Amino acid sequence: MYNFEFENPSSIAEAVAALAEEEAQALGGGQTLIPTLKQRLAMPSKLVSLAGIAEMKGVSIADGMLTIGGGATHAEVAAEACPPLAALAGQIGDPAVRNRGTIGGSLANNDPAADYPAAMLALKSTIVTNNREIAGDDYFQGLFETALEEGEIITSVRCEIPEGANYQKFVQPASRFALVGVFVAKYADGVRVGVTGASEEGAFRWDEAEVALNSNFSAAALEGLALDAEGMMADIHGSKAYRAHLVGVLTKRAVSAV
Amino acid sequence: MPKDSGIGASPKRREDARFLTGTGNYTDDINLNGQAYVHFLRSDMAHGKLNGVDTSIAAEMPGVVRIFTGVDFEGVGGIPCGWQVTDRHGEVMQEPAHPVLAQGKVRHVGEAIAAVVAETPDQARNAAEAIELDIEELPAVVDMKAALAEGSTKVHDDLTSNLCYDWGFVEENKGAVDEAFANAAHVTTLELVNNRLVANPMEPRVAVGDFNRATGDSTLYTTSQNPHVIRLLMGAFVLGIPEHKLRVIAPDVGGGFGSKIFHYAEEAFCTFAAKAVNRPVKWTSSRSEAFVSDAHGRDHVTKIELALDAANNFTALRTDTHANMGAYLSTFAPSVPTWLHGTLMAGNYRTPLIYVNVKAVFTNTVPVDAYRGAGRPEATFQLERVIDKAARELGVDPIALRRQNFITEFPYATPVAVEYDTGDYNATMDKLEEIADLAGFAARRAESEAKGKLRGLGVNCYIEACGIAPSNLVGQLGARAGLYESATVRVNATGGLVVMTGSHSHGQGHETSFPQVIAEMIGIDESMVEIVHGDTANTPMGMGTYGSRSLAVGGSAMVRATEKIIAKTKKIAAHLMEAAEADIELKDGQFSVAGTDKSVAWGDVTLAAYVPHNYPLEEIEPGLEETAFYDPANFTYPAGAYACEVEVDPDTGKVSIERFAAADDFGNIVNPMIVDGQVHGGLGQGIGQALLEAAVYNDDGQLLSASFMDYAMPRADDLPFYQVDHSCQTPCTHNPLGVKGCGEAGAIGSPPAVVNAVVDALQSAGKDVTHVDMPLSPSRVWAAMQG
Repeated sequence: MYNFEFENPSSIAEAVAALAEEEAQALGGGQTLIPTLKQRLAMPSKLVSLAGIAEMKGVSIADGMLTIGGGATHAEVAAEACPPLAALAGQIGDPAVRNRGTIGGSLANNDPAADYPAAMLALKSTIVTNNREIAGDDYFQGLFETALEEGEIITSVRCEIPEGANYQKFVQPASRFALVGVFVAKYADGVRVGVTGASEEGAFRWDEAEVALNSNFSAAALEGLALDAEGMMADIHGSKAYRAHLVGVLTKRAVSAV
Repeated sequence: MPKDSGIGASPKRREDARFLTGTGNYTDDINLNGQAYVHFLRSDMAHGKLNGVDTSIAAEMPGVVRIFTGVDFEGVGGIPCGWQVTDRHGEVMQEPAHPVLAQGKVRHVGEAIAAVVAETPDQARNAAEAIELDIEELPAVVDMKAALAEGSTKVHDDLTSNLCYDWGFVEENKGAVDEAFANAAHVTTLELVNNRLVANPMEPRVAVGDFNRATGDSTLYTTSQNPHVIRLLMGAFVLGIPEHKLRVIAPDVGGGFGSKIFHYAEEAFCTFAAKAVNRPVKWTSSRSEAFVSDAHGRDHVTKIELALDAANNFTALRTDTHANMGAYLSTFAPSVPTWLHGTLMAGNYRTPLIYVNVKAVFTNTVPVDAYRGAGRPEATFQLERVIDKAARELGVDPIALRRQNFITEFPYATPVAVEYDTGDYNATMDKLEEIADLAGFAARRAESEAKGKLRGLGVNCYIEACGIAPSNLVGQLGARAGLYESATVRVNATGGLVVMTGSHSHGQGHETSFPQVIAEMIGIDESMVEIVHGDTANTPMGMGTYGSRSLAVGGSAMVRATEKIIAKTKKIAAHLMEAAEADIELKDGQFSVAGTDKSVAWGDVTLAAYVPHNYPLEEIEPGLEETAFYDPANFTYPAGAYACEVEVDPDTGKVSIERFAAADDFGNIVNPMIVDGQVHGGLGQGIGQALLEAAVYNDDGQLLSASFMDYAMPRADDLPFYQVDHSCQTPCTHNPLGVKGCGEAGAIGSPPAVVNAVVDALQSAGKDVTHVDMPLSPSRVWAAMQG
């Protein structure tokens, strides 16, 4: 890696101030950024660690609302969040990754094969930053693109706890990221289906499936429903058609498991 | 009752104490005083004309000692190829120059263009980034058949085409084979790909060059499976250093799988640069570099045809293979698709007529060479797949079809120029049926179906040829090396032994298993024997470890040297006991005189050899040290039968291996635990090839699977618990231990078992699928099911 300055602030305010510098870069758990730096694919002037900020820690559940600090690790989410999201977090990477990587870091990076985006779309989430709240539906804006402004930090995430939910992940054989992942959440006022790994546009909600499931919450309701393969990603691990097919399979499985 | 020492016992591996506690001594652990570091600037373009390399800015960067480019190696030899194949028209293969650093052109992504030597690794890398390249991109040649098409861009402008050789084997049989096909009652045809692999040993390659200005001696520390071969190739062909002025040391080596057999440009560079800058020069490969600079494996595209008569006897076999050489000829690349492949096409069967055609092709990809099995997996895969397809076409049991055509009498001369000395293929198949519980398959299939899964059973056989030999034959076949092995056995005055072997252990456990043999021969404790290997300065010239040859060839050399030791100690013992030499017996470390109660201990005799006060000095020399070079009379031929059971998820195409059984005949076994481990490792690699691994290039010659993010290595949860058995033993008839070799069997025998099983599963659901190319990833299996 190239040389960089390093700051380790203890408050959100200090972190925001440090990030005001040009070419400064926030460092969450570093599970993407550090390998990128090692390969010399990024050259930030300064890394601002978010790991020492107490107000970004913790997972809590109150009044039907799940709140996760932006600095909470995947392992903490796996241990303390509501069961469907905990199960998702427990499938991220390996124990070393889960004990370093954070939900805030993952969401800020918005890797198209990451697991959390599917859940955030399905769980009526709110992404809370140092200066505003962003609805989950407005947050994801394409591959590695989000609604975050330069220097903006995800301080916490809020999700409405559903009546039932399930995440189905089909792993890419090499990386074990999601080749496709589908998160289905059932609320009193409707069903939400979040999909990751599949689309060229990044994580998305599968509207047609939601409509079908709102009238009949069963795998059978999804029979005959197919995503258009156009617009899906394709690589050496799966064609567009395969990804579109997997979304259907995983959605049915998730519904059956709710 | 299992033995607790000697041949047949399973003592724990003594080398693991250091490997598991972080006290091994790997090449990267070697740091010499005043050492500088090298960073190679590698091509990110698959094919280009190299018009200029401007190092002027880079040379002024902090810490730079010197920057080398291709110009510095003009007049220095290129990287040599160790095997010359003669084609079916009697012409020798096309053999391009292989420069240490690119000259005039770059020919694959990863080829080294320049090398920066600097005070620190980071400084070397910084300066490498500041080198300015003037490269004119040329169209990349990636697909082998396109490479042979008229008008294709040439990888090497000075060659007549991209064809390295067009090999026919056995050329004289071609007409008879074609006639047999014309008269066949049934012909089964299969086109398939043997996927390109990256070896990925846990330890990446490392080289440290050192030069002693006072003595003029060069030393290379390197991650090699055969340091003597590197010394000879690099000294004689590249750098012009005679052996007595060049020492090559391969200390602890963390896995090779073939990829560390070959002489690589980085080794020659570090040795050359150490002298040029007069200080030690070290290179440690990153994993990313390893993907584009270690030799790859496999990469064959094949059409195979099997002819049968009306009674389902195999009457002829014909194969047509394109084998990828990559951009340059790696050390043993030409031998892999020819003599290590064509000679195995008979498999375990009596097929009387066989013709093999192989076209080796240059492409703008990383060079391809031997990888665990080397040619034999490619032969086994196509043969066992086409037999399986034939059985399904004919509606006969695949096992019965195989049994019907088994070779049952030995020795057996195949129509592809080798003679199997022993074997019992029905015995291993019987054992397989037992340990795999094939009788219970129907019930297990029903259980899977109840869960909505498709269950398939794949069975196949394999034969392999280990310890390639004898040297005079392989010389006629084009090898530019001998293929003997050496051992020096040194007995110390107090009775302990040191064996200096030309074999090299990089995971095989020689330090444990070789002493078991000596302990058995002399009747002493294994702890009295130490194995030394890996340093040309203190081991006799030997050819190293690959091709499952160490015990069969290196072990035999050790036995021969130990026999000389025993003969001499009997002379000494006879003198000490005033008896006739012919009456001396050696048992449990005691020499005794037959028919008397006179005896003398091993240690008394060895002491007498070094303190020869009461000693027949007029008859024999003092001291106890003997060397033997062993050149085998033939290959050894391990064989076996494997069974794989898979479950396929019909919704996603995901394959999971539920059971895997391996019944092997390795001849005699020295350490059953180590043999189990070798089989397990081989199965892991074979299953990895079958299900997961693929080096994939795009049309521009970019490696798409250039990291573990896209190149799927098998993980523990991809693999089942194995049923492994090696109780069927037909000892090799021509080496003193009766051993055959076990290192590659698992990787050779398992890919067809997996594919046969998946095809069986899909056909059980009525899918019209006769073949799926490896790796059988979920997306490929799903696509196959869609028709």
